[in-house]
Amino acid sequence: MSDQTYVTSDPRGSITQLATPSRLEYFFTAGTSLSKNLRGYQRGQFIGQRCPVCSKVYVPSRGSCPVDGVALTEEVELKNTGTVTTFCVVNVPFAGQSIKIPYIAGQILLDGANLSFMGLIQECELEEVRMGMRVEAVWVDKEDLVPSLASVKYFRPTGEPDAAYETYQEYL
Amino acid sequence: MANRVAVIGIGQTHHRSKREDVSIAGLVREAAQRALDDAGCTWADIDAVVVGKAPDMFEGIMMPEHYLAAALGAVGKPMFRVHTAGSVGGSTALVAAHLVAAGLHQRVLTVAFEKQSDSDAMWALSVPQPFSAPLLAGAGGYFAPIIRAYMRRSGAPNDVGMRVAVKDRLQALKNPYAHLHLPDISMKMVEESVLLWDPLHYLESCPSSDGAAAMVLGSEQAATVAESATGRRPAWVHGMAMRSEPTMFAGRDQVNPQAGRDCAKDVYAQAGITNPRAELDCAEVYVPFSWYEPMWLENLGFAAQGEGWKLTESGATALDGGDIPWNCSGGVLSSNPIGASGMLRFLEAALQVRGMAGEHQVEGARKALGHAYGGGAQFFAMWIVGSERPN
Repeated sequence: MSDQTYVTSDPRGSITQLATPSRLEYFFTAGTSLSKNLRGYQRGQFIGQRCPVCSKVYVPSRGSCPVDGVALTEEVELKNTGTVTTFCVVNVPFAGQSIKIPYIAGQILLDGANLSFMGLIQECELEEVRMGMRVEAVWVDKEDLVPSLASVKYFRPTGEPDAAYETYQEYL
Repeated sequence: MANRVAVIGIGQTHHRSKREDVSIAGLVREAAQRALDDAGCTWADIDAVVVGKAPDMFEGIMMPEHYLAAALGAVGKPMFRVHTAGSVGGSTALVAAHLVAAGLHQRVLTVAFEKQSDSDAMWALSVPQPFSAPLLAGAGGYFAPIIRAYMRRSGAPNDVGMRVAVKDRLQALKNPYAHLHLPDISMKMVEESVLLWDPLHYLESCPSSDGAAAMVLGSEQAATVAESATGRRPAWVHGMAMRSEPTMFAGRDQVNPQAGRDCAKDVYAQAGITNPRAELDCAEVYVPFSWYEPMWLENLGFAAQGEGWKLTESGATALDGGDIPWNCSGGVLSSNPIGASGMLRFLEAALQVRGMAGEHQVEGARKALGHAYGGGAQFFAMWIVGSERPN
């Protein structure tokens, strides 16, 4: 089968592959908890939720604690500062990429949070970024704030001394 | 008590960056036909078919198992589709094995595939979402920070990943089915390749492949029939386990995930293994990025926490001279038809204990581990196969 040759009268030969771009548009329903987080971005704030059982703070929160399986009800506003727990420098182009390579993708653990998330790090030379580096969020202009993480332009170094490894090793 | 399960037929395609001569249906049919031939049986002998592949968004064909039913001889027979991201090839084999273990079927065909030349996995894995920044750059972008965390935690020298990249590519030279054949591979070549996701070099990452893998799993009776018809002995399943955990929770150990440790513990207990390094003859482990060899050496209990890199560095995991060779086939670093990659690990473990691995055979291999992981290192599937019938 695989080595069968198909006869064609077209001098260009047979068609073996055809690119067919497709698109899918959909509505994203955030739900109660994630909506609070997304509305927070619209005000220039990081909003998380605390688990009533383990007291861990999730940002963003999906409304329940993955460990204890209970609903999260207590809202927590987090600081604008955090620690880079780990990172990579992305230097690979791909379709749909919106940020110029190379860029630093850091895992950011906001002060007071118990879960890190990926954030862009700028105003920092590629060779300067390190685990434990202290950073702060830089927000877009007030009139450009939207209910998505796109409201955070990037994180930049604060210049404070690095956080001790022990303070974030649980969050790698 | 479950029924015994045997691997009675094995087939795979030659993995390539582009298989322009076949459609997806042709690709899976090729692997499946080879598995049937190996088992000495025909399409009519198959009772059920279990199919797996990575997310449908990769090729953009929703529920391709429906379209593939005819090519896989599944019309009028039970057919299942399994979804566990990158670990799917392993989970798919396990679902098929469960059907035999449960006594429902005599012979189950299991097939996994990916046609990466028809897809854009980097794009599919990097779609922006409102609650995250559009930073994720494929699987490498996800795993590179975790690898950096491992390097920091273990204090491993920077060149350990490069050693794995070289070792697996040298082993792939002994596997005619492997996608990458890089006879000139060297530490220098890996180091000089682009840092795609610092700390990961291009040559420390898996390729994009078109390929399919297939197995015929059979009952004890089916195994007897196959062996007398073909003269080839089966591999016996001594243990099988799956575990998963959420992608994100506070305090999650992403470097050494709990689900992986639990899965290994379960599969070893079933197979009566207390010291995997000593009691297994080889392992086929899902290592798509070089550093996952030392990381999984620890997760799977071949080395103590923080010590996995020492095994790699000492050459213990090399086919040539190592006491516990890992990925003799070249592994995922040498062939990565994503959905099939996990099944290839399971299938290669079975080839080893059947003594059918050709040039990359571990002499006298009697027990081997097949392993797959997927998603954000949150899905795990493992089996242990042996040359002897289990008790």
